[in-house]
Amino acid sequence: MGLQITLTVNGEPVTKTVEANTLLVSFIRDTLRLTGTHVGCDTSQCGACTVHVNGRATKSCGMLAAQAQGANVTTIEGLAAADGTLHPMQAAFKACHGLQCGFCTPGMVMSAVDLVQHHGCRSESQVREALEGNICRCTGYHNIVKAVQQGAAAMAQ
Amino acid sequence: MNARQGFIGQKVERREDGRFLTGKGQYTDDITLQGQTHAYFLRSPYAHARIQRLDTSAAATAPGVLGIFTGEHFKAVGGLPCGWLINNLDGSPMKEPKHPVLADGKVRYVGDRVAMVVAQTLDQAQAAAALIEVDYEELPPVVDTATAKGLSAAGQAVHDEAPDNLCYHWGIGDKDGTAAALASAAHVTTLQFRNNRLIPNAMEPRCANASYDANADSYTLYVSNQNPHVERLLMCAFVLGIPEHKMRVVAPDVGGGFGSKIYLYGEETALVFASKTIKRPIKWTCDRSEAFLSDAHGRDHVSHAQLALDKDGRFLGLKVDTTANMGAYLSTFSTCIPTILHATLLAGQYKTPKIWCEIQAVFTNTAPVDAYRGAGRPEATYLLERIVETAAHELGLDPAEIRRRNFITEFPYATPVGLTYDTGDYDATMRRAIELADVAGFAARRAASQAKGLKRGLGYSAYIEACGIAPSSVAGALGARAGLFEAGEVRVHPTGKVTIFTGSHSHGQGHETTFAQVVADKLGIPMDDISIEHGDTGKVLFGMGTYGSRSLSVGGTAIVKAVDKVIAKGKKIAAHLLEAADTDIVFEGGEFKVAGTDKKVPFAQVSLTAYVPHNFPHDKLEPGLNENAFYDPSNFTYPAGTYICEVEIDPATGHTTVERMTAVDDFGNVINPMIVEGQVHGGLAQGIGQALLEHGVYDNETGQLLTGSYMDYAMPRADDLPSFTVETAQGTPCTHNPLGVKGCGEAGAIGSPPAVINAICHALGVKDVAMPATPYTVWQAARAAR
Repeated sequence: MGLQITLTVNGEPVTKTVEANTLLVSFIRDTLRLTGTHVGCDTSQCGACTVHVNGRATKSCGMLAAQAQGANVTTIEGLAAADGTLHPMQAAFKACHGLQCGFCTPGMVMSAVDLVQHHGCRSESQVREALEGNICRCTGYHNIVKAVQQGAAAMAQ
Repeated sequence: MNARQGFIGQKVERREDGRFLTGKGQYTDDITLQGQTHAYFLRSPYAHARIQRLDTSAAATAPGVLGIFTGEHFKAVGGLPCGWLINNLDGSPMKEPKHPVLADGKVRYVGDRVAMVVAQTLDQAQAAAALIEVDYEELPPVVDTATAKGLSAAGQAVHDEAPDNLCYHWGIGDKDGTAAALASAAHVTTLQFRNNRLIPNAMEPRCANASYDANADSYTLYVSNQNPHVERLLMCAFVLGIPEHKMRVVAPDVGGGFGSKIYLYGEETALVFASKTIKRPIKWTCDRSEAFLSDAHGRDHVSHAQLALDKDGRFLGLKVDTTANMGAYLSTFSTCIPTILHATLLAGQYKTPKIWCEIQAVFTNTAPVDAYRGAGRPEATYLLERIVETAAHELGLDPAEIRRRNFITEFPYATPVGLTYDTGDYDATMRRAIELADVAGFAARRAASQAKGLKRGLGYSAYIEACGIAPSSVAGALGARAGLFEAGEVRVHPTGKVTIFTGSHSHGQGHETTFAQVVADKLGIPMDDISIEHGDTGKVLFGMGTYGSRSLSVGGTAIVKAVDKVIAKGKKIAAHLLEAADTDIVFEGGEFKVAGTDKKVPFAQVSLTAYVPHNFPHDKLEPGLNENAFYDPSNFTYPAGTYICEVEIDPATGHTTVERMTAVDDFGNVINPMIVEGQVHGGLAQGIGQALLEHGVYDNETGQLLTGSYMDYAMPRADDLPSFTVETAQGTPCTHNPLGVKGCGEAGAIGSPPAVINAICHALGVKDVAMPATPYTVWQAARAAR
């Protein structure tokens, strides 16, 4: 028995029928075919599925699609400007080589934007602590931390 | 910017980043095909059991089920092959029990594949799997590496073919000479080691999507894999008997590998097999819990080592006995890790005249163990750099000085364990590391820590590794069942734009950027005029893939050789156009020129002439400008360097903080320092992870994996690590490839674990601390040292 939900995803209104037990990440990936949001674990530890729900970073594997009724959801596909200009955080990840295989990257970037916007993270230790919920296996975090600091500075301008 | 020097050596931002940063990457799970179906694997809950009864009848009629496959379906096909034959000391071959696609009458580790259910949806497949009835007769499991062989008396053979659980007993070096060196030495340092089992954890879990086209009688497999041609070869030729030209393997964007995606696994093999029966595409995506159980693990060696020294600290001999855990089955390259990639590295950077190493490889009821970032070389480096540092402390020598006294300084240098190093300058990298790490300031920092009640220590590691396993003839003589060359193709289009096809595979390494930098410089054309294609057997002529830090030194060289052929043919076309002799044409800055004149023709005009051959030397040349090359190196490459770690320990809690991690690497020439440094950063994180955090633990009684999620297996996170000090600039170019490159992918994971543990031992004033040096382990060591 499906539930009808209406929400906004990357600025577009969406109305779909979902099962009651459908996770938000499955709705995003399988129903909306927005495959930039990734699934890296099954215990809500890795953060690869992080999106913004009403402007706050949220692990979309830890929330039902039905709970997003009426919400404003932004995925990595919706972060850059409409003309394709990268968000300052995306640009900083590129400039600082803050990604390698790219799999954790969407979640990492979405978390990074939130931790700058809402937690005021600037220093290396603040950024490292705040990124605790996102696992990267490639970069050793060295360049991710630099990217978040550079992205934070660019967002402040 | 000079065109010849334009891109090589520059920090060029990566061309692949745009798609990854905007969610446009295409990983295997992102691909959904028309008529997609889904597979779920029923896995063994027991480490060791006979399957008494397997009844799929209830599951078969469950909603949405399209097919159920068990070991019965695969009785007629081959097992998953092992790619490297190791012979015993007596010359007899290793034990090589069949590795079935799905369990055949017996399960041998928790997570072993028992059945595959294919259904319309994943939920239906999973629900149906719960209806499969299996009666298991539990058997006592063999778990612990050190005692696996000794358990034979209890009738616990993992495989009937190996009643003592021994896969092979192999050795290398000079046994008698080493024994004599130990007997006559002024000092012998002895250490026991357990190189902890690691679980690779690429962030993208394994995934496959197989389909069968009845009209063409051909298969397509999308798979998260590091070497699609090898995957195809192994699956077609050794298991399913599918002609290779009827099989296309595509490894699209791959979210990390670290070795774990080299291998042919049963899951994708079962998918391909079933796709012909189901007549629809079948997708399987591993969840993380399954990945912990079923990905090939890494390391898991137990070793005993003795280093013989004279009174001045000069090494006289090294004796190593290692037991290596193979797990339940022989994964694709499992057998060569403790032997060819471990024992041969035991000379390290040193002139140890006598070395003897014996390896006993054992079967256990645990997940198969195979290459994980570094593969054998981290185990060798850990053993050697721990025992060298320990010897220094025992003899009252400075750890840098004992190394300096023993460094190899003349090249080429033939080690007593089979390798010939072509070049290096070990003292230079160590001196630079000592500078960068501010070793001179350590005493003051230690005093400051002491004043706070904290312990501070400094540890060295001077590693060497061997990359780009080669040449094929030598590898073959050592038991390799595959060639170890690489292939490249340069397809010049009529307008002078270029598509490069490489058999290497990028799963984070940035080949689309680095390889384009190389080709842009060679051809004197913009990087935007070059695209790099990889990861598709339908496009790329052949390939051996990416592992062992081989992509640039082997794969890049194949591309360079193909580019050289393009230039050679281009010179002949240019000579015709310029009415000059072939031998008078030089190619520089993207132009073919008649030497000593101002007559010239640009690259794009030559390419256009090749495809619109109105005015063309048809009597001498074929039209077109498209060349390929295979490159089989004449030797390994030997990256080397010195890592220095500085830790601070709170003895009250046992918590270790890595305060400084300095890495100076000699990778030979560097194409893109930004990417190379990134590779080192990642390797350092995995090495520090091994030293402090990560441990794949099985329960010895039950064989259950106790570290089966990110709640239990301690992955390094951002706040576990410091920023690193990394330098790769000064190097000795490799002497036997045209780029002078050595490989950088694994160094960080190889060099760092002993540096960390040496630093902890130094801080606490103890001889040994086991990896991973968790707070509890360190706290115990600190208490014992009081």
